[in-house]
Amino acid sequence: MRVSRLSRLALAAGLAILPRLAFGQDAPPAEVVPADTAFMLVALALVMLMTPALAFFYGGLVRAKNALNTMTMSFASLGVVLVAWAVLGYTLAFGPGNAVVGDFSMALLRGIGLEAKGTIPHLLFFGYQGTFVVITAALISGAVVERMRFPAYLLFITLWSLVVYAPVAHWVWGGGWLSGLGALDFAGGAVVHVNAAAAALVAALVVGPRRDYGRRAMLPHHVPFVLLGAGLLWFGWFGFNGGSALGASGLAAQASVNTFLAPAATLVVWMLLDLKRTGTVTAVGVATGLVVGLVAVTPAAGFVSPMGALALGAVAAFPSYFAILLRTRTRLDDSLDVVAAHGVGGVVGALLTGVLADPAWGGQAGLLTGDAARVGVQALSVAAVALYSGLVSFGLLKLIGFVTPLRATDKMERVGIDLADHGEEAYTHGEGAVLVHPDETPVFAAAPVPAASPSLA
Amino acid sequence: MKLIKAIIRPEQLGDVLAHLYRADIQGLTITRCDGHGGEHDEVETYRGTTVKVGLQEKVMLDIGVSESFVEACIEAIVAGARTGEVGDGKIFVLPVERVVRIRTGETDTAAVTPVAA
Repeated sequence: MRVSRLSRLALAAGLAILPRLAFGQDAPPAEVVPADTAFMLVALALVMLMTPALAFFYGGLVRAKNALNTMTMSFASLGVVLVAWAVLGYTLAFGPGNAVVGDFSMALLRGIGLEAKGTIPHLLFFGYQGTFVVITAALISGAVVERMRFPAYLLFITLWSLVVYAPVAHWVWGGGWLSGLGALDFAGGAVVHVNAAAAALVAALVVGPRRDYGRRAMLPHHVPFVLLGAGLLWFGWFGFNGGSALGASGLAAQASVNTFLAPAATLVVWMLLDLKRTGTVTAVGVATGLVVGLVAVTPAAGFVSPMGALALGAVAAFPSYFAILLRTRTRLDDSLDVVAAHGVGGVVGALLTGVLADPAWGGQAGLLTGDAARVGVQALSVAAVALYSGLVSFGLLKLIGFVTPLRATDKMERVGIDLADHGEEAYTHGEGAVLVHPDETPVFAAAPVPAASPSLA
Repeated sequence: MKLIKAIIRPEQLGDVLAHLYRADIQGLTITRCDGHGGEHDEVETYRGTTVKVGLQEKVMLDIGVSESFVEACIEAIVAGARTGEVGDGKIFVLPVERVVRIRTGETDTAAVTPVAA
C-alpha cells in the first residue's frame, strides 16, 4: 500500500460519498472541510490532556517523596518534545524523504500553513501529530521513575523524539516502508506503545533498579490520583483513536465507540482475574486494566467491529496481567510497568488487529476473514519497531551517560528526587521553613560528576 | 525495663524495622515528627520564594523492652538508621517505672514480653 494513512483510511472507510478524502496523485485538489476541522480541533485538545493525565496516573503510583519528579517528567515532555517536534521532528516524520525517514523540507515549520492536508488545515495536522509524540516520550518515564536524574531524562526524551519516534512515525504514517507492507496500525499501537515500551525496557536496564526494589515495600502514595489519571486518559483517548480518522466521519464514530468498548471488556476480565487470584478487586488493578484495554484497541480501533473490540479487549487482559506478576519476580525494575501495559498490550493489540480486522468495518481483512498473512505482517511491524527503538535508545542513553550522570546518587534516592532535583516537596506543611532574603545566595546541592564509564545493569 | 526512644530519618524506617524484627523486637510505636540535628539545611524554591527548611522530617520510635533486649534493640536501630551523614538521629534509653499491658493487666517485664497472637 503506497498510500498515506489519510487516504488509506478514506479508502478503508469505503465512503464513496466522500471522494474528497482520497487525495493523491490523481485526486481532485484537497479542500478544508469545516466539520472535519472542528472535530480535529477538539481531538487536538483531547490528546493534549492525556499527558497531564499520565502525570497523575504515574504520580499516584510512586512514593510521596518522588511525586513531583514523576509528574514533572510527563509535563516537561509538553515542553521539550513539542519544541523539538516543531523545529525538526515533524519534518523527519512527515517530510517526503525516503522509505526510512523524512527530510528537512519542513524544518522550523517551513511551508506549513492553513492549506488542506487531507480535509483539515496542515497546521492542525502538525499540532495533532505533536500531541502524539509528547505522550509517547512521556510514557517512557514510567520505567525510570524514582532514580533517574531529571536533566538526563530531559536530554533523553528530546533526542529520542527526533532519532527514534520521528523515523518510526515515518515508517508507518509518513509513507515509509511499513505502510508499504500493509501493516495495520490505526492510531499508533506500534508507533506509540511498542515504541515507548521498547525504549522503557532498555532505559530500565541501563539506569538500573531502584535501591529499594525487591528489598523494601514501595507503595503507591495516592491511589485516587491513579484513578483520576486513568479516567482522564480514557477521556483523551477518544481524541487519540477517534481523531486518527482525521475527520468527523463514520470511521471516527467506529474508532471512538471501539475505544469505549474494548477497555470495558479488559476491565471486566482484569477484575475477575484479580478476584480469582487475591479474592479482592483492586483499584490500582482497575486503573491498570482499563489502560491496557486502551493500548490494545489503539491499532485496531478503525479496523474491527464493535464485537471484535469487545473480544480484543477481553483477550488483551491476560498477557499483560501475567506479565506484571512475572515482572515483580525479576530484577527488571520497570517501575510502573510500561513494558507490561504498553509493550505487551501494544503487541497483543497489533496481533489481534491482524486476526480480527473486518472488511465490513474498515475495509481490511484479517485472519478470521481470510487474510492469514496479515498476522505475520503485524508481527513483523512490531518486531521492527521494538528492535529499532531498543537499539537506538540504548545508544542514546550510553551517549548521554558520558555527558551527565543518568542515575541519582544513593543519597538523592533516599531523600527523594523531588528535593534532590527540583528543590520542592509535594506535601509540605511549611513549618520550620526560614525565608531566604532575595539578596542572600542560598547554597544549592552540587550535582554529581559524570562517571567515566556509566554502569550497565 | 527500659524505654528506648530513637529519632531517625524517615527513609531509614524500613531498614530499621527490618533489623528490629530480625532481633525479635516487634512491639513499638512510631511518630512522625520534625526536628533538627545540625544537618545541612535543604533549600527549596516556590515561585521565586526561596526558603531554607530548618526542620527536617523525622520518625520517632518508642520501644519498651526488658533489660535483656536493650543492647540488641540499640544495635538493630543503629544498623538500620546509619548513613554516616549528619542528621542520622539519636537513641535515648530511659528508665521505666511501671508497665501495664491493658488487655491482661500483666505488669512490668511480663507486659513487654511478646506473646504469640
